[in-house]
Amino acid sequence: MTAAVSVENATKTFGPFTALNDVSLEIAAGEFIVLLGPSGCGKTTLLSILGGFLSPSRGRVLIGGREMTNVTPAKRPTTTMFQDYALFPHMKLKDNVGFGLRMRGMAKTERDEKALGFLDLVGLRTAADKKPHELSGGQRQRVALARALAVDPEVLLLDEPLGALDLKLRRQMQDELKAIQKRVGTTFVHVTHDQEEAMAIADRIVVMNQGRIEDIGAPADIYMRPRSLFSAGFMGEVNFIPGRVTALDPTSATVETALGTVTLSLTAFTAGAPIAGQAVTFCIRPEHFRRAEGEQANLVSLGQARITGQAFFGTHYRCHLAPDAAPDLSLVVHMRQSTHVSDGDAVPLAVPAKDVVVLPGTTKDT
Amino acid sequence: MFAQTLEQTERRKAWGFVAPALVWTLAFFVVPFLFMVAMSLWSRQSGQIVRAWNLDNYFAFFEKAALFKGLINSLEITLIVTVLSVLLAYPLAWIIAERVPKRFQRLALILAILPFWTSYVVRSYSWLLVLSKNGVVNQTLMTIGLVSEPLELASNRTATVIGFVHFFVMLLTLTIYANLVQLSPNYRRAAADLGANAFQTFRHVILPLTLPGIMTGAFLTFVLCIGDYVTPQILGGNNELVLPQIIMLQLGRRADFPMAAALSIILMLAVTLAYVLCARWLKIERA
Amino acid sequence: MRNVLISTVSWVYATLIFGFIFLPVAVLVLFSFQDGRLPVPPFNGFSTQWYAAVFADRKLMAALANSFVVALVSSLIACLLGFLAAYALARHKLPGSALQRGLLIAPMTVSYLIIALGLLTVLNTFGIPLSLWTVGVGHVVINLPLCFAIIYSSMGDHHINIERAARDLGASDFKVMVLVTAPMLMPSILAAFFLSVTFSWDEFIIAFLLSRFDVTLPVEIWSLLRSGLNPKTNAIGSLVFLVSVAALLLLEFTLFRKSGKS
Repeated sequence: MTAAVSVENATKTFGPFTALNDVSLEIAAGEFIVLLGPSGCGKTTLLSILGGFLSPSRGRVLIGGREMTNVTPAKRPTTTMFQDYALFPHMKLKDNVGFGLRMRGMAKTERDEKALGFLDLVGLRTAADKKPHELSGGQRQRVALARALAVDPEVLLLDEPLGALDLKLRRQMQDELKAIQKRVGTTFVHVTHDQEEAMAIADRIVVMNQGRIEDIGAPADIYMRPRSLFSAGFMGEVNFIPGRVTALDPTSATVETALGTVTLSLTAFTAGAPIAGQAVTFCIRPEHFRRAEGEQANLVSLGQARITGQAFFGTHYRCHLAPDAAPDLSLVVHMRQSTHVSDGDAVPLAVPAKDVVVLPGTTKDT
Repeated sequence: MFAQTLEQTERRKAWGFVAPALVWTLAFFVVPFLFMVAMSLWSRQSGQIVRAWNLDNYFAFFEKAALFKGLINSLEITLIVTVLSVLLAYPLAWIIAERVPKRFQRLALILAILPFWTSYVVRSYSWLLVLSKNGVVNQTLMTIGLVSEPLELASNRTATVIGFVHFFVMLLTLTIYANLVQLSPNYRRAAADLGANAFQTFRHVILPLTLPGIMTGAFLTFVLCIGDYVTPQILGGNNELVLPQIIMLQLGRRADFPMAAALSIILMLAVTLAYVLCARWLKIERA
Repeated sequence: MRNVLISTVSWVYATLIFGFIFLPVAVLVLFSFQDGRLPVPPFNGFSTQWYAAVFADRKLMAALANSFVVALVSSLIACLLGFLAAYALARHKLPGSALQRGLLIAPMTVSYLIIALGLLTVLNTFGIPLSLWTVGVGHVVINLPLCFAIIYSSMGDHHINIERAARDLGASDFKVMVLVTAPMLMPSILAAFFLSVTFSWDEFIIAFLLSRFDVTLPVEIWSLLRSGLNPKTNAIGSLVFLVSVAALLLLEFTLFRKSGKS
């Protein structure tokens, strides 16, 4: 089963602390949504409001079009998969997975059969008679998933389910989670603070910070065309270069920066059309820099810079560069593995115009 | 919004769960205690309880030597018992924790507290078998010719103290042992490494670290000992009555409830005072 | 050399203290088999007549049964109330929860004599007759703090999500407690229950002051003491001791062994 989820102007306060600040979100049925943000950003609070463990102080929640704001977890078409798995330590795996069915009054033989089916889905059918303490972390995680799916929820809520696993296992589980979601078709809402995990599994990512939604979109959109400085910085390494809008015309804007004056199409301004005189920030990913070789169309020249430090990363060299025009600004630039780099080298820097994102404000504001 | 929020629903249910225990404690502990305080401020005259509020019972306690001596006896006996029990139990706990091989420690401990499981009344009675005029000790002494006349060993303060010490040595061995085994052996190694001899290690490292445990055990001993009626009544006889015995006398022969209530409150104040005095060392564990 | 000295002193001390601890119990059990009217030396010969006398004593047997029922029922109530209160206070943020915990623990710090006297005052005021019921009420008062404290301290925060998961999967509060919380806390619940049974079973002063016609075993033994030294008292005392030790060993080898493993 699957259902759409709608959060309307949800606010949650704990005494003087605002955990969630007027958040609205529409999730389509069958979508894999990831709530991404640092700890304390409100993502877990939002998940608890969806799961029925907290009521919003203001605003409401609809699931499949039905009002759910103050409905208890038991009566919601949601199930939650907890970070610590929360398996019942005294029950066999098949009884753990069959628990929800038992609560729905299903007979023992029938629910055992169904539980075995879900254990099969996560590859643990043979361990059905074991107890949780006999399993590894990854296996427990799979049982928790099977248990949450066994009651056929319309929406599955996952609270940092991969957080306790080591890196290698985490990457492997991401793929499995994605595959299982495709198979069962249930709406997944997944909370994490790991942006690589978010990009690997999400249909859409919701970036959150300080109780607000900063950005929503497909992984590539969020990474390539972030709509907030926080979102740009959180999704991966990025260079922020401050500037000021000096001139505007219907299709482009001219911005003055420490590295020179640049004219860009208005599509570079992802957060809305610029205003003359506005303080703005350029966001450029390290891998988007190019070595400027003569004047090229659609390539923005950023002047000469000198390499001050470099390290080999396998797929590329990661270099620190100090632009000649602004030696205080340290840029992080990825250079091809085939290039020869050494400290002190002068590099003519450029970036394709389509890869530049300009956002209002300065990094000091955030 | 007309509906209750989830948090309100949860809280309402939580009140429902805690209410029975709270109501029970209020109805059968707090209210009776308040009744007793009220009762202690009344008096009993010519067989009737007179509901006139005054402190006469408390004044009487300080004026009548028989009553006041009860508190003094109680305090003296309790202090002697507490100190003796700690002094006797500590070495035993230490021997079990340090000298007995690990796999026999649990067995040794179970043995050390086995007589704990006799009925409390019977335990005092058993000491009567040992200490009375024709009891085991006297018969042994007379058989080997050490005395010709049986000694008066029971029905006095010594018998009461022996009965109490027997009980509390077991209790304290348990608590002190639990404390000693928690200590990391590294403390001792570190102390030895820094040049401390066995005695210095004990004096400056082991003893201070086990002091909270000792004080908790000692306080427990104090509370249980000063409030006990059975042991002094069976072993102490009718000389040197302790406060609980005097309270029971008010209830029985004289049916003087107000006086019994006043004496109980004085007993409680003594315990409270002891708590205040040891509170510094008491480590009340909270999860 | 020094080590040998410490060892010797240790063993001598341990032997003496163990002798002191076991002396009265040994005398009690030995002279319960006395073939004669006095449970003191000399030992006249082996006889089980006093055990026969105990089992033939209707009042003693009735008291034994009363004690058993009072201990069981009062411990069940204390455990149930303690568990519910611990669940509420460990899992929910209630206003004044520190005060509530303090109130629930408070009876532990007060002498049984005072608790008994307070209850007696109230019962007399309202003209409520004394019975085994009133004894049971008193025993719940002394055991509730114990049960609450033991169960409350075993309710770890790592259980919170497990209970949430159960509710999330459709369990009512009652089912969460019965199917999830109680089984997870079973070792401490059983410990609280058996400790309560022991305390209630052995309790004298509350049972003495709050009962009238039907009495519990310690009160019946107390009235036996008026006949002075009597091998029958030895016999009932030895019986209680042996049953308690048997129960203790049973627990040691079943419950605690099992819980110690997982």
